[in-house]
Amino acid sequence: MKDFFKRLPEQAVRVVTVFIVLVAILLVVWRFILPPELKDHDLQIIATIEREADKEVKYAGAQMCGQCHEKELDIKKNGYHRDLSCESCHGAAQKHVDNPTDVKPTSPKKRDYCSFCHNYNPSRPTGFPQINPDTHNPRKPCITCHNPHNPKPPEPPGSCVACHAQIERTKIASYHALIECTVCHSTPEKHKTSPRTVTPTKPDNREFCGKCHAKGSGVKGMPTVDMATHGEKYVCWQCHYPHMLGGI
Amino acid sequence: MDRRNFLKNLLLVISSGGIIGGLSAGAWAKIINKDYDTTKHNYGMGIDIDKCIGCGRCMQACKTENDVPSAPFYFRTWVERYVIKSDKSVIVNTINMGIDEPSDVFTGRDVLRSFFVPKLCNQCDHPPCVQVCPVGATFKTDDGVILVDTKRCIGCRYCIQACPYGARYLHPETRVADKCNFCYHRLVKGLLPACVEVCPKQARLFGDMKSIASPLGRFVRMNKLHVLKPYLNTDPKVYYANLDGEVN
Amino acid sequence: MEAVQNFMELSKQVVGFIYPNEIEIHWSILIVVYPYITGLVAGAFILASLVKVFNVKELQPTYRLALLTALAFLLIAPLPLQLHLGHPERSYEMFLTPNLASAMAMFGFVYLWYLMLVLLLEIWFEYRRDMIVWSSESTGLKKWVLKILSLFSTDISEKAIAFDKKTVKTITIIGIPSAFLLHGYVGFIFGSIKANPWWSSVMMPVVFLFSAIVSGIAIVMLLYMIIIPLRGGKIDMKCLDKVASFLFYAVIVDFSIEVLDFIHRLYESEESIKILGQLVSTKLFMSLVVLQILLGMLLPLGIMVIIKVFRLQDELRRLLYFVCGVLIQIGIFSTRWNVVIGGQLFSKSFRGLTTYKMELTGIEGFLVALALLIIPFVVLAILIKLLPPWKKEELAGG
Repeated sequence: MKDFFKRLPEQAVRVVTVFIVLVAILLVVWRFILPPELKDHDLQIIATIEREADKEVKYAGAQMCGQCHEKELDIKKNGYHRDLSCESCHGAAQKHVDNPTDVKPTSPKKRDYCSFCHNYNPSRPTGFPQINPDTHNPRKPCITCHNPHNPKPPEPPGSCVACHAQIERTKIASYHALIECTVCHSTPEKHKTSPRTVTPTKPDNREFCGKCHAKGSGVKGMPTVDMATHGEKYVCWQCHYPHMLGGI
Repeated sequence: MDRRNFLKNLLLVISSGGIIGGLSAGAWAKIINKDYDTTKHNYGMGIDIDKCIGCGRCMQACKTENDVPSAPFYFRTWVERYVIKSDKSVIVNTINMGIDEPSDVFTGRDVLRSFFVPKLCNQCDHPPCVQVCPVGATFKTDDGVILVDTKRCIGCRYCIQACPYGARYLHPETRVADKCNFCYHRLVKGLLPACVEVCPKQARLFGDMKSIASPLGRFVRMNKLHVLKPYLNTDPKVYYANLDGEVN
Repeated sequence: MEAVQNFMELSKQVVGFIYPNEIEIHWSILIVVYPYITGLVAGAFILASLVKVFNVKELQPTYRLALLTALAFLLIAPLPLQLHLGHPERSYEMFLTPNLASAMAMFGFVYLWYLMLVLLLEIWFEYRRDMIVWSSESTGLKKWVLKILSLFSTDISEKAIAFDKKTVKTITIIGIPSAFLLHGYVGFIFGSIKANPWWSSVMMPVVFLFSAIVSGIAIVMLLYMIIIPLRGGKIDMKCLDKVASFLFYAVIVDFSIEVLDFIHRLYESEESIKILGQLVSTKLFMSLVVLQILLGMLLPLGIMVIIKVFRLQDELRRLLYFVCGVLIQIGIFSTRWNVVIGGQLFSKSFRGLTTYKMELTGIEGFLVALALLIIPFVVLAILIKLLPPWKKEELAGG
């Protein structure tokens, strides 16, 4: 080693010395001066997880409300809003859980809050109850007629429109405008309370549509086809969208 | 200096450098967390597009729970509306926390399909954001959540560029990267993320894939699942049911 | 808040749909300036290496100038990054706990390596003898500065100088891949983002590198043409012609690679082609089609072809070289702009375009970017004063 340094020209020795000094300083700083939190990634991960876990909870969770508000829970648990969290309407309530007497959650009593969900919006999936805010009891707070914990409508919905507004708005501008939904879809009463499990029927054979649309059906002005040749093996609604006949 | 001596000295320098490096290596650490064991969980979310009504309660609840800036330019989760017309054109917009006027553009006869798509950080199993963070400030926990170490993030925004889903943003006050973390502070306490908590239709389902029974467990069994941008091989853990091909 | 106000206005200018978080363009003009600066460093060094490694003797007059130019720009290079970070005071973390999977993490190490072990060492060994001589000829502060810079070395024997020359050559050989790494990793930072189809490309590091070489050679050529007359010297036309020659070849290669990328994109016509086509024809039309391609590449190429084909007078050639150099700088800066800003102007949903509104003042504004581009020339002026690249005889002769 000494040999190496002896044979090196003087300028190279100076440069190498400078570098060795710099590297030594860096190593000393790194090994002895820097605290472990700065160097150890695992420690940093633990610290982050603990810091995140300690953050404040704002929403108490659906389980908490029923512990004190059994009456409301009883009303709610079999109604249309049974899957709706209390805090969806009443806002974040952990502060109320921590201090029930002094901190009260909000309670939306005007029309504006219900409209987030229930105002008519054609992009909502069919079957969701929606109203036109301009025609459905304008300016009256929703809770006047609907108990928000069990929002049964004061009268049962007369037609399917209440939940199937988008289909109705399409159908009303089609040739089938004056045909009641129940003419083609036989609907059990339970569909109004358990819409996804008890569903209406659809016509499952061509003869059903043929009652009106087959040649020789006898109804004046009705478009008719020869049921034996038209439409191969398909049931009629597999090609024709019955809610929007006339046009597309 | 002859070749043999040079090589001998080179070997000496390299080995001594290696020893010094080895001595300076950091200590190993295991991640242990109070009474919550991160290794016993693996979280995921299921979203059923057919159920989302676009009410925006999830967007609001997330902002409340996680102190996200209220301006409509910073979102940990948001809901998009898609309107697909018969000429194959697609109109997309982010809903405004549910206060949405459905303009006539979306209600014409030429609208084929229209629906809402909730979006959030997909907590990918192969997260590109974790890969690119220069200081390792964002990382994947054992329970499958991607966290951001707000004390170490240097605000370089590389992760925001790398996220294919637009899930990240730079927090305007703390100047670090921020994103949905499944409300990690709620998960460790056995609570649901705020968005899942307030969803009125249970369009968002949350679950621990390591648990025997969870809503997510049923969801992944009963639905044909999609994830966003599967060809990028990020392995997202947010699973969509009934997702339209136009969603990206 | 002011930022929210800005976003409100920006959102009105959005075309189509963007993810709501995408309204903010994160990598601003500063991140355009950074690769431009490191590109100049790498390119200037490659020009210098042509002299020492590939023995292109005609380029000798530009050698020291190229090294000093590289150093001046390298010293300023970290500034745009620091100014851009949300927390610049935490940037040391990249040294302590770098994420080895991240290309950006290597910045600190590559920068330090290149600065300390390539550029500074090479400049030191190249100037050592002159520093010793100048130190003995000067007085006062300058004498001591030079003495300290030369690390109090005294040996200027033939043997020592021969060792210096050999060392310089070795360092340059190591320096070439180091320069490639210094600028290539920036290309990889962009090229490895699979989320962004404008950036994600295997050619990105290569395109970055070759445009760096083009801009580096051009800047040294420009500086040579400006500084020599300022110092009362005569421009060596053989040297200048040779520099322009290399510039010509570099531009051809760079242009070919970019055209190849373009053709490949159009041919494969992947999902992103529609929005990218919209991007180029609307938001990036001026900066890409006009500035980068027409003015920045095709026009200089045309001019250099004319120079090569026709025998023109010295004065006309100098003028044309100067014009080429300026056009190329504008073109390469536009290239950086189109990559960095262009990649953020379209939504990752491929359904919309947004706008970049560059502030005038503010830490990431136009004025700061301009200052960052001017400061290296100030540093270069100081370096040239301290370590003049040419001796009196070199300035006089042609």
